[in-house]
Amino acid sequence: MIETLFSNLAIFVLSLLVGFEVISKIPSTLHTPMMSGANAIHGVIVAGAIVTAALADSPIGYVLTFIAAALAAANVFGGYVVTDRMLQMFRKPTAANAPARKEDPS
Amino acid sequence: MTPLEFTIGAAYLVSAILFVVGLHLMRAPSTARRGNLVSAGGMAIAVVSTVVTSLLTAGGSPWAWGALILGLAAGGSFGVIRARVVKMTDIPQLVSLFNAVGGGAAAAVAIAAFVLHVNGTTLGPIVTVPIILDVLIGAVTFSGSLIAAGKLQGVIPGKPISFPGARVVNVAAVIVALGAGTLSIMSPHNVVLLLIVLAAALVLGVLMVLPIGGADAPVIVSLLNALTGLAVAMAGFAIDNQAMIIAGALVGAAGTILTLQMAKAMNRSVGSIVLGGFGTGDSKATAGTADQDAANIRQVTADDVAIELAYAQHVMIVPGYGLAAAQAQHEAADLAKLLIDHGIDVTYAIHPVAGRLPGHMNVLLAEANVPYTQMLQLDEANAAFDSCDIALVIGANDVCNPDARKPGNAVSGMPILNVDHAKSVVVLKRSMNPGYAGIPNPLFNDPKTGMYFADARQALDDILIAVKEYVTA
Repeated sequence: MIETLFSNLAIFVLSLLVGFEVISKIPSTLHTPMMSGANAIHGVIVAGAIVTAALADSPIGYVLTFIAAALAAANVFGGYVVTDRMLQMFRKPTAANAPARKEDPS
Repeated sequence: MTPLEFTIGAAYLVSAILFVVGLHLMRAPSTARRGNLVSAGGMAIAVVSTVVTSLLTAGGSPWAWGALILGLAAGGSFGVIRARVVKMTDIPQLVSLFNAVGGGAAAAVAIAAFVLHVNGTTLGPIVTVPIILDVLIGAVTFSGSLIAAGKLQGVIPGKPISFPGARVVNVAAVIVALGAGTLSIMSPHNVVLLLIVLAAALVLGVLMVLPIGGADAPVIVSLLNALTGLAVAMAGFAIDNQAMIIAGALVGAAGTILTLQMAKAMNRSVGSIVLGGFGTGDSKATAGTADQDAANIRQVTADDVAIELAYAQHVMIVPGYGLAAAQAQHEAADLAKLLIDHGIDVTYAIHPVAGRLPGHMNVLLAEANVPYTQMLQLDEANAAFDSCDIALVIGANDVCNPDARKPGNAVSGMPILNVDHAKSVVVLKRSMNPGYAGIPNPLFNDPKTGMYFADARQALDDILIAVKEYVTA
């Protein structure tokens, strides 16, 4: 039990350090998509919802499973889709000179 | 170690690598989209391997799997629909909303891990401590992010909301949350204590964000994003899931860095923002506003601006909050394109906190088909202002206030765009009202500055028509 805790803590701390290292080099141009992309990554909580489903054996468990799954799915699917929508608009000059202007929903 | 455990461990490792590689690719506009897809691939692997291992080892009842599928379908379709229809100007509140649901999901997973064990084995502190932390942080980010989204959307007034004794209630909520948390770690069978932690944390999240001004809300969104990452990592500790620990820690680190960078660009400390203070985002509400010397300015017309633009060599557009609020990014891009087509060099000088979220202005311009090579960041832009014939400031104020170089005022020390280094300046603004910092901007009184008072969208349309007269003739 204590070995698990320490190996998990090591993973946690090292991931924090990797995160600091990778993110500090992102240009301010991309801060909004980056925040949205990071937001999508914490949608991994959907894995927690799946584990909850496997453990649930009572009505309260089913309700909690539903809540966790619904919230997590909105986070993970919405997060990736909206980040992709933002990033696909960042174009190189050649593409921007093309006359085709995409329909935008706004 | 069974072959199954080995496979799952390997799959989680792969998904962790994909998350890091994905974030790494996001640091250049040309690879950023691929980075997001790589990260989504990591997510798919993590989810599929969790499903497989759960089915093979735990089983679970058909009811539970039904609830899971129903929840995934409901939440997933909500998320995808919102993500597809949202206007680019409304991105900040959507990011905040997705952050809220992530925090809520983390809290729900922790509560389930606690409740579903009540009748079984006794929970040791190795499990209960992360559960309590997860419920605490998850609930704070859930209610806090919802309030922040409401403020950005305008459903909740942007000005700081406070009531007598708010600070007492705040402290009380912290004490109750920590007290009940400690007690429930000691007696891990008491669901009521856990619910008290949940309720106190929800109240705390609301009270933490309500007193924060709308202009500071982006910093809070980023801070809450980091906290959600930590909540997810705690959930990972509670159910011993390494994919969740790694991803949560990455997001926690990312959110922290962004929050610090943002606060620096706004000349605020994170502490002073969280404690609430000035910064209402609404200039009229700022008490003790120093009046700008309105007599000593030079007003210009669309025609004046058009002549200057048509005969310039280097034009720099400085977009600010006013452009985002008026949704005038397409008009600005059209004007720039017209000038570029006639051989005039046009670039955009973008302050790190222009728009409503750091980097938001870049997204808005990208939406208007502006190639990212024309968007200059602070340092590049400041190098370019010296050779700039005309700087067209659209709805920006504090980010180009030369007083930031002098000590003793609200913007002192803030990194600014050196708009005053341009040979000539035109400022499109609705009125002489001061910006978010509530102080006058001497740039507007500079003899080389022309003021054009109008809504950004209308003004740009008029200038565009006027420019056409000169460049096509």
